[in-house]
Amino acid sequence: MNQIIENFFNFEALARSQKLLLIGLETTLRLIGLAVLLAMGFGLFLAVLRHANRRWLNPLIIAYVDVVRACPIIVLLMLIYYALPFIGIRLPAFWAGILALSLNGGAFYSEIFRGGIEAIPRGQTEAARSLGLTYMQTMRIVILPQAIRIILPPLTTNTLELIKASAVASTVALPDLLRQALQAQSLTLNATPLVAVLMLYLLILLPLVQLVTFFERRVKNSG
Amino acid sequence: MDLSGIGRYFFNGEVMLKALPLLASGLVMTLKVSCVVIGIGFGVGLILALIRTGTAKTRVVGKVVGFLIRLYVDLLRASPYLVLLSFVYFGLPFLGVNLSTFWATVITFSACLSAFAEETFRAGIEAIDRGQWEAARSLGLSFFDTMRHIILPQAIRISIPALTNWTVAITKAISMASAIALPDLLKQARWAQGIFANPSPLIEAAVIYVLLFFPLVKLTLFLERKWGKLV
Amino acid sequence: MAKLILEIQDLHKYFGKLEVLKGINLKVYEKDVICLIGPSGAGKSTLLRCINRLEEPTRGKVIFDGVDITDRKVNLNKIRSEIGMVFQHFNLFPHMTALQNCTLGLIKVRKMRKEEAEKKAMEVLERVGLAQKAHAKPRELSGGQQQRVAIARALAMEPKLMLFDEPTSALDPELIGEVLAVMLDLAARGMTMIVVTHEMGFARRAATRVCMLDHGLILEEGPPEKIFNSPEHERTKEFLSKIL
Repeated sequence: MNQIIENFFNFEALARSQKLLLIGLETTLRLIGLAVLLAMGFGLFLAVLRHANRRWLNPLIIAYVDVVRACPIIVLLMLIYYALPFIGIRLPAFWAGILALSLNGGAFYSEIFRGGIEAIPRGQTEAARSLGLTYMQTMRIVILPQAIRIILPPLTTNTLELIKASAVASTVALPDLLRQALQAQSLTLNATPLVAVLMLYLLILLPLVQLVTFFERRVKNSG
Repeated sequence: MDLSGIGRYFFNGEVMLKALPLLASGLVMTLKVSCVVIGIGFGVGLILALIRTGTAKTRVVGKVVGFLIRLYVDLLRASPYLVLLSFVYFGLPFLGVNLSTFWATVITFSACLSAFAEETFRAGIEAIDRGQWEAARSLGLSFFDTMRHIILPQAIRISIPALTNWTVAITKAISMASAIALPDLLKQARWAQGIFANPSPLIEAAVIYVLLFFPLVKLTLFLERKWGKLV
Repeated sequence: MAKLILEIQDLHKYFGKLEVLKGINLKVYEKDVICLIGPSGAGKSTLLRCINRLEEPTRGKVIFDGVDITDRKVNLNKIRSEIGMVFQHFNLFPHMTALQNCTLGLIKVRKMRKEEAEKKAMEVLERVGLAQKAHAKPRELSGGQQQRVAIARALAMEPKLMLFDEPTSALDPELIGEVLAVMLDLAARGMTMIVVTHEMGFARRAATRVCMLDHGLILEEGPPEKIFNSPEHERTKEFLSKIL
């Protein structure tokens, strides 16, 4: 028991790693915040585009979404960070991470948004257009507000998964929480920083998990 | 940007051919780990779901067991895979527990999958109409026989779309284990890239991954459509 | 002297603070056909479900064939195998054929061999007139057919007592007759039955006793001619005047 406390809950080691971990926290928060925003935006964009049903565009979007969803995020990240430089595109670790997370996350979000949009009966679109609203107005005012409510469970679940995936950026030397924790661990020869980082993530993500459960329960009871 | 390099660096046939044996061994490792993770993950998840639904009615034991299982599930659902994996592989040695990359990966991802599986199985079991229980118990069937012959066959069927969804997600995530030097497909590809100073093996590996998962993703979509639910 | 199959002594049932059964006393003899009638919420279904402990009685005793089944230590599965239950919504097992629905109890509880169980199951399916549908799944059957299979399923176990919880309430009108016909046949052959029902025609023809329940108590009890033609209690008169 004492061994556990000394190696995993050692406040001295934690204090010494403070600076490293704070850098990590800042990097991770920036990474997560930007990635979720961009991924959602990109996903929404793809979904709305798909719904507009331009015949030549749909196969492209479908192909993109299917291929990207079948590719693990870390593989995508490796491609961006290690392969692109060979043709002259050299992205810093942070932006490589953002790109990988947004491209991958966006594909998943687009499927979720698409499901929500398609769940709204055609009649809604027809009524709105009959009133004279443009396509964008119809989307913004009539369709999307209704769709969002339906898709809250998978939306939160996917956001949860995206945030969890952001830790892969540590593998391309981005000084995020995980990387900093591992650095701190070799410095202090103590596993407390790693435990602290795990707990930090739990602090952010456990509420999200409860939110998912809450939304799923709500759908189950109303359906 | 040097687009002429795309052929030479991304789709270099010669390098891809030479890298193939390396990638093949990586693929085997990836598949091996995936199969074990799925087996253990589903098994543990099902057992936990059975314990949880089985004790749900009893007062004290039910509440304690329910709380513990929910804690287990929620903590695992909220843990980033790589952070958990790093903890298991780099942190546990401080307690004298030294796992190989294979076992560290298997344990971490099995645990994560078991959490998702438990939630899915539990939802499936709870979705079965009470009347089925009542009819079976009224015949004199024991709890176990009722579960085995009446409830589970129906519950598992409705759980399949969600289960396939999570299986695909977890097996994709297993590629993160390359970060702790598990010799899986991605790690071998990176190694090959180093040896040949050419990223074609990476593209090759990406293609293999997509070929592997594309049909699975399609299967999940098909099952979701056929058996309902927007997962 | 007829054998006492079931005795209910001072049965009380609370759902939280709400008392649904306020002290039921009932004796059921072999070959009795008891019809429980009364308004919704009177506690008829609850009473029935307390008999095979699908609901747990809060207080009181249920003595089945001489055994106090409200005792915690009793082998409930064995007791339940001797009491058959037919539900309002049939509750057939959808992933099994009619035959399999009927053999399940025989194989798992009575520990019969498959061939023996199938022989017995075919016999009961024959009796309810559905032998030709033995290999059909429930979704291929009409409501009336499903309920008859449900009766066969319970009957296959050769129970000493059969409980019917509003067996025809969920059926389309033209399908009610075939189910009642099966129940009348059972009664004629001497099955001990307790039936919660709104089908007064059935009660008149088959019941040996009719019990009027209201607000958790048996208000009146007696042969159908007496209850239907000269009810004593005010509430009984009121209820019957609305139904008949």
